[in-house]
Amino acid sequence: MHNLTFKQLDETLYTEELNNGLKVFILPKKGFNKTYATFTTKYGSIDNKFIPLNGSEPIKVPDGIAHFLEHKMFEHENGDVFQDFSKQGASANAFTSFTRTAYLFSSTSSVDKNLNTLIDFVQYPYFTEETVEKEKGIIEQEINMYEDNPDWQNFFGLLGTMYETHPVRTDIAGTAASISEITKDDLYTCYHRFYHPSNMVLFIVGNVEPEHVMKVVRENQASKSFETAEEPVRFYPEEREDVYRKATEIPMPVNIGKCLVGVKEKNPDIQGQDLLSRELSIQILLELIFGQSSENYQRLYSSGLIDDTFSFDYTAESGFGFSVIGGDSEDPEKLAGEIKKTIEQFKSEPFPVESFERIRKKKIGFFLRALNSPEYIANQFTRYRFNEMDLFDVIPQLEKIDPALLQEVLEDHFDLANQVSACFIVPERNET
Amino acid sequence: MNQATIHSIRTHVMPVDSFKTNTFILQLRTELSSSDITEKALLPSILERGTQHFPSRLHIQGALEELYGAHLSADVVKKGEHHILTFRLEVANEKFLKDAAPLTERAVQLLSSIFLYPALENESFPAQAVAEEVRSHKQKIASVYDDKMRFANKRLTEEMCKDEPYAVPVLGYEQDLPKVTGKSLYKAYKKLLQESHVDLYVIGDIQEEELLGHIEKYMRLEDNNPVPVKVMEKKAASAPNIIKEQQQVQQAKLHIGYRTGITFGDEQYFPLQVFNSLFGGSPHSKLFVNVREKASLAYYAASRLESHKGIMIVMAGIDSAKFDEASSIIDQQLEDMKNGDFTEEDIEQTKAVLINQILETIDVPRGRVELEYHGSIIGEEWTAEKWIEKIKKVTKDEIISAAKQVEKDTVYFLSGKEEQANA
Repeated sequence: MHNLTFKQLDETLYTEELNNGLKVFILPKKGFNKTYATFTTKYGSIDNKFIPLNGSEPIKVPDGIAHFLEHKMFEHENGDVFQDFSKQGASANAFTSFTRTAYLFSSTSSVDKNLNTLIDFVQYPYFTEETVEKEKGIIEQEINMYEDNPDWQNFFGLLGTMYETHPVRTDIAGTAASISEITKDDLYTCYHRFYHPSNMVLFIVGNVEPEHVMKVVRENQASKSFETAEEPVRFYPEEREDVYRKATEIPMPVNIGKCLVGVKEKNPDIQGQDLLSRELSIQILLELIFGQSSENYQRLYSSGLIDDTFSFDYTAESGFGFSVIGGDSEDPEKLAGEIKKTIEQFKSEPFPVESFERIRKKKIGFFLRALNSPEYIANQFTRYRFNEMDLFDVIPQLEKIDPALLQEVLEDHFDLANQVSACFIVPERNET
Repeated sequence: MNQATIHSIRTHVMPVDSFKTNTFILQLRTELSSSDITEKALLPSILERGTQHFPSRLHIQGALEELYGAHLSADVVKKGEHHILTFRLEVANEKFLKDAAPLTERAVQLLSSIFLYPALENESFPAQAVAEEVRSHKQKIASVYDDKMRFANKRLTEEMCKDEPYAVPVLGYEQDLPKVTGKSLYKAYKKLLQESHVDLYVIGDIQEEELLGHIEKYMRLEDNNPVPVKVMEKKAASAPNIIKEQQQVQQAKLHIGYRTGITFGDEQYFPLQVFNSLFGGSPHSKLFVNVREKASLAYYAASRLESHKGIMIVMAGIDSAKFDEASSIIDQQLEDMKNGDFTEEDIEQTKAVLINQILETIDVPRGRVELEYHGSIIGEEWTAEKWIEKIKKVTKDEIISAAKQVEKDTVYFLSGKEEQANA
């Protein structure tokens, strides 16, 4: 077991890669009641075409299957894993993103037992035709819930406007039609390909003794055998560099319209330190252009185009990336125009060095605040790991960023002519 | 936790060294009433618009950034018939920073500036800022309709508590907005400062003496004489009233309101907590297992308590055509609880889950304050340890007798249009 100490942050991270390839990380947090553990596979909604384990030809699986699999993992012959966790005083959950499926628990007692339960249920698939059919009703309601959620519809509407073929444009849960095709054999195929320990990360954070916890994990894994597996081979369709369409409008039963402007990443294949640097740079730029301490925010607010739902973010993973800016608005289309104009103007003005120093402080403070949260640490650390970055590099990297780099990223990322789309939610006329 | 009253602010200091930040939470509690609700709802945003020391939002936000991205938020909520306006300020602990600036003192200054020294023009809030915040607030009220779960909850409360102050929406009324002026807002602000019960919680790795000195120096709240909050007598359930409405939605929302007659501070409160968790408050609950896992009718089916009102609400997202089926499963689960159809093992499991939830809650500064504030509302001290002791003691008979007090009062069903036409 290795340990890495981050003196400025007063944190020590313990790590080990087991013989079967599983990567284990332990971050002790003194004074916390809670222990939080995530067991994550590098497998999400976009991984819908791949070569099965021991296969030779790529296969395409139905949209939404990674999320479906996540639901079904909680069931085993004797019932439901939620029950086991709650008997042990823990609460369990799981989520599926574009690129990851994470299983997790948090508890303030019986940590060893809960940890074994977590590892064991994720490493033991049990599906029958009957239980798979039954789950379809539940997931259909989950999909319907999201269909009524205007923010979710706006976000996926925007992705579908920016991307032409990449599966990031498809809802993580799939559609009622796509999940109806899923069979238990499909689930086993995906499971065996992507749930091999070498494709997974186990992260434990909380009031734990690292040597002891590592021993629990080692013993658990030593009692199981896994066939050797190469890294999964995944296929993604060729995606154009520029945006697919400029704008989409979606009518929904809402009172207030919504506007999101997206900037599609031109270089979606960078990883590691380069990605970390780009991600932090774009986040700083967005703060500078649209943050609450900017004149721009004040101007948009005074002109009645935004309210306090206005926000922005940048997301990047291997193969896709985008900035998203917007919120509720009485005039979504006009807001989109103003957002573009604002970026244009920012590019033409001298770089605001003083504001940049302030925003850098803000980002450092945000990171410290986030380190209070075991959930943030475990989930972000894992995301960073899968993209060959290190969460604890954030502050050193923030300290390295300078105005010259920011100006370069500004020119490259915010290409208004080719990379910008918008999506609007508009109130539909009610006939009653 | 240590408590001191400074300038009539009840100050609670919780020195903890496990966080990387220090958190300040200021709570102002008054009566929930329709007469000034809209002004009170606007105060958080107008106070964030500028102070005598930081004249605009831009200056306040800039100061927060200078404080290493200190995070400020302000909002209003209701707990039973209490109205609570909250300011939260979270600041990095300077010991984790390269240039160790004295952030705590500056944080107290900033919080005090926002709370006590707003930017004013002739004894009223500036007209321009008021107009902008009124416009933005109007949008916020209108958008409750857009979040169907929230909308259904609002409609249920409106119908169920028609003649009770609890039905007053915490965001206020759209029709009041045209009458709001800088003057009327300032009047509401002054009244709030005079009448509210003020609590300040500070959590973090803090030098207590020093902190109390800063509060003494900067938080000069004057002429504060808290007015006791009158709470309505608990009401018995009426014969169940069923309200059905339609919109163009994919998923129907079934929200059911129950009267429990039990509020925080009552002997039966903790048995009711255990009851709620086992009935619908956790993933091993009867609602989750029967509505979701067995009948595949919903993705979520849950219950929650309104602890200071004596109400329980069940929420489920279902297909529009499944109203009868879902309702009868839910009714059956409540009947089973009343008949004691659960085991000692179920009770132990439920207590373990509740105790775990409490311990997890107090790992988060904000969670810890919210938990302990329940006690503050009824004028008693309720630490997490005391909550846990009470939960451990709950017996099966007590759960059954709490369950027996739970009576269905109002059913609100928002369904889709097409499905309804086909049914």
